[in-house]
Amino acid sequence: MPENSILKVKNLNVELDDEKIIENLSFKVKEREIFTILGPNGAGKTTLFRALLGLISYQGEISWTSPESLKIGYLPERLSRSKFKEIPISVKEFFKFKESSDEKILRMLKLVGLENPKILEKDPGNLSSGQFQRMLIGWSLIGNPQVLFFDEPTAGIDIGGEETIYSLLHKFWEERNLTILLITHDLNIVYKYSTNVLCLNKKAICSGLPKEILTPENLEKLYGTEIKFYEHTH
Amino acid sequence: MFSQFILSLITVIFIGGAAGYLGSLMLTKRMALIGGPLGHLALPGAALALLYHFNIFWGALGTIVIGAVIIWLLEIKTKLPMEALTGLVFAAGVALSFLILPVSQAEEALIGDISKISLIDTILAVILGIIVFLIIKKIYSKMILSGISEDLAKVEGVNVKKYNLIYLASIALIVALEVKIVGGLLTVAMLVIPASASNNFGRTLSYYSFGALAIGIISAIFGLLLFKLTGFSAGPLIILSSTFIFLISLIFKKR
Repeated sequence: MPENSILKVKNLNVELDDEKIIENLSFKVKEREIFTILGPNGAGKTTLFRALLGLISYQGEISWTSPESLKIGYLPERLSRSKFKEIPISVKEFFKFKESSDEKILRMLKLVGLENPKILEKDPGNLSSGQFQRMLIGWSLIGNPQVLFFDEPTAGIDIGGEETIYSLLHKFWEERNLTILLITHDLNIVYKYSTNVLCLNKKAICSGLPKEILTPENLEKLYGTEIKFYEHTH
Repeated sequence: MFSQFILSLITVIFIGGAAGYLGSLMLTKRMALIGGPLGHLALPGAALALLYHFNIFWGALGTIVIGAVIIWLLEIKTKLPMEALTGLVFAAGVALSFLILPVSQAEEALIGDISKISLIDTILAVILGIIVFLIIKKIYSKMILSGISEDLAKVEGVNVKKYNLIYLASIALIVALEVKIVGGLLTVAMLVIPASASNNFGRTLSYYSFGALAIGIISAIFGLLLFKLTGFSAGPLIILSSTFIFLISLIFKKR
């Protein structure tokens, strides 16, 4: 695995409405990493994403290698189906924002497990939650991004669906030259797929390989309460 | 020389179509109702125009633009919903116009007067109607994306602030044009009703947006013909025609 870092963050501070959300955060993300940000609600995870994406103002340094050619795929938190119900739009038209070729759209939908070509004419608001999430993942992947930002991509999905979505993501990661930044609450997923973890609660609480840092002590420090996490050894 | 009827017909077709198309975008952004307050903002301008005998369009546009700029600045500053800000600004406009509006001319400012359409008005309607249509067509998908998620649109490189400004300017232009036909009170209807009807007919974005344009044109023509036949005011008849189409569309509603 190449050791080039694709993103360097130094002394990042973010304030929203006069409240410090992120304090003196520094870390690096290497190319081809699955970099997970772990932390309790209100820890500043989504805010960190938004700062990294340039959506909010911040103090400190965020530097991407080759920012001019950087292609980013983003799956925001809480992008709800109901939002789509308000707009008469088909899946195909939603993909047309990013990709004009019908063939490429269909191929991507197939890759994320939406095989039936009829899906193109459907209203995203009427898909099942699993189909909808797959569609969003397909949308963020189309156009060959190098970096993916996934903010709780399986929120609201049942355990089975969650596992399929992560194995799907993992497959993409293996096949393409992808760097993934991921926010999730699921420690099993972090343990299974992450190459690196940052524990965040306004400041960096811990960081490193999941095996090394997902200890009961660290988790208690991060969440402020005892967390029972059973490591599965297969 | 064109007859008054032909001038009126051309004018309502272009304004009706552009308003319907623009309204379809406003509806998806839950902003359809701001067309109403903006129309009311046009009232002081229309009142001034009637008092000092210049074209209502310029008076209306003037006060709408001033109001829209204030709303835009407040939105950046406060992050309050744009509807709330619009409501806040327009009330002052209405109050002001009732202070200066001569009672004898109130009707023209409030519900429009198609018989006063001049060749200049028609030329303005055609040129501005086409310009607004082309602008909105160009920014349509980007605005829809920013309506789904502003963050997503920004990551895709959409300059949301710039497009919002262009979008608001287009609304101001169309509402100012509408004042001549339907008056300051009814501007919202030409924006909202065709889009609402089209939403019942179509389920894809292209059907929906062009459907709204077509319904805007059809109700304008229909309303004007009824005006010719009955002699009632054209503005309210155009609005009632689109309301009738909306009622028919309910039969087709699938969702």
